[in-house]
Amino acid sequence: METQIFGHFIEESSEDMEYLKIGLLPTCLSIKQSWKTNGLSAEFIADYVQTFFVGLPKNTKAPIPIQSKYAVKYIANELLENAMKFNDSTSQRFIEIAFKLYNNKLIFHVTHDINSKNVEKLKKFLQLIFSKNPQDLYFDRMEANAISDEKGSGLGLLSMVCDYSAELGWKFEISKHDAPITLTTMVSLNI
Amino acid sequence: MEIKTDDYSVKYDTESNMVICKGSLLLNSSVEYAPILDLFNTVAEKQVKPLTLDVRELEFLNSSGINTFTKFIVNVRKKRVLQLIVVGYGEILWQVRFLKNLQRLMPALVLKLE
Repeated sequence: METQIFGHFIEESSEDMEYLKIGLLPTCLSIKQSWKTNGLSAEFIADYVQTFFVGLPKNTKAPIPIQSKYAVKYIANELLENAMKFNDSTSQRFIEIAFKLYNNKLIFHVTHDINSKNVEKLKKFLQLIFSKNPQDLYFDRMEANAISDEKGSGLGLLSMVCDYSAELGWKFEISKHDAPITLTTMVSLNI
Repeated sequence: MEIKTDDYSVKYDTESNMVICKGSLLLNSSVEYAPILDLFNTVAEKQVKPLTLDVRELEFLNSSGINTFTKFIVNVRKKRVLQLIVVGYGEILWQVRFLKNLQRLMPALVLKLE
């Protein structure tokens, strides 16, 4: 098994702490029904954060700020939408979203299988995001999309970085056989 | 002119000359957003008066939705004749950020945060 890491990837912690994990099997439902589960799961995660996030001692009396609840829903939904768009359709693996609450940050891990064509596409995008100013790239993409749409333009990922100051990382797990490649996208959000 | 579902509505009100967006927009890609973009562009097409885009009651917008609004803004910017006003709530941070991004794409856009 070969592992490739890009960006600020933080591994799923094995610490004894509260977490939430949702597994979706897109082949079980129609695309329309599957798509609906993205928003519902994202809403559920955001409600979970609002209920259980305690935060640093100075924050204990204050629940999570409402804008952070929106940020959590936005990020969870975008990650699930991407997973559904780029999931390897031949794979039987669940799309998993894992979510952990730390006292000063929230960490998402979304894992799914991806075919080699989409891996190349994502790696090209990663080269861009690491070599250019993300804000400039975000607006360049908006302008380019206005002329012609491209599936996987990275607008969702760029908005997480530019609008929510999120840190992103990617892990590709490539097995030696012909098995699909497994991608984990990590997002860390300071609150 | 109105598109309405259980989750969202996009309505053109002729009297106030406003396009009012409400609810949660979580559609899948530009294909599902096409009717909304068509409504925006149709309303803008023969407009002589300033047009207002009201997103105050918009609760959620995914990145494909952001893409739809930016396409419309770039289209209006190209025409150079239509004055566009966008209205959101100053207390809702995502609306402020989103509308400021639209204004960066079209500096002539009038931004009203209530």
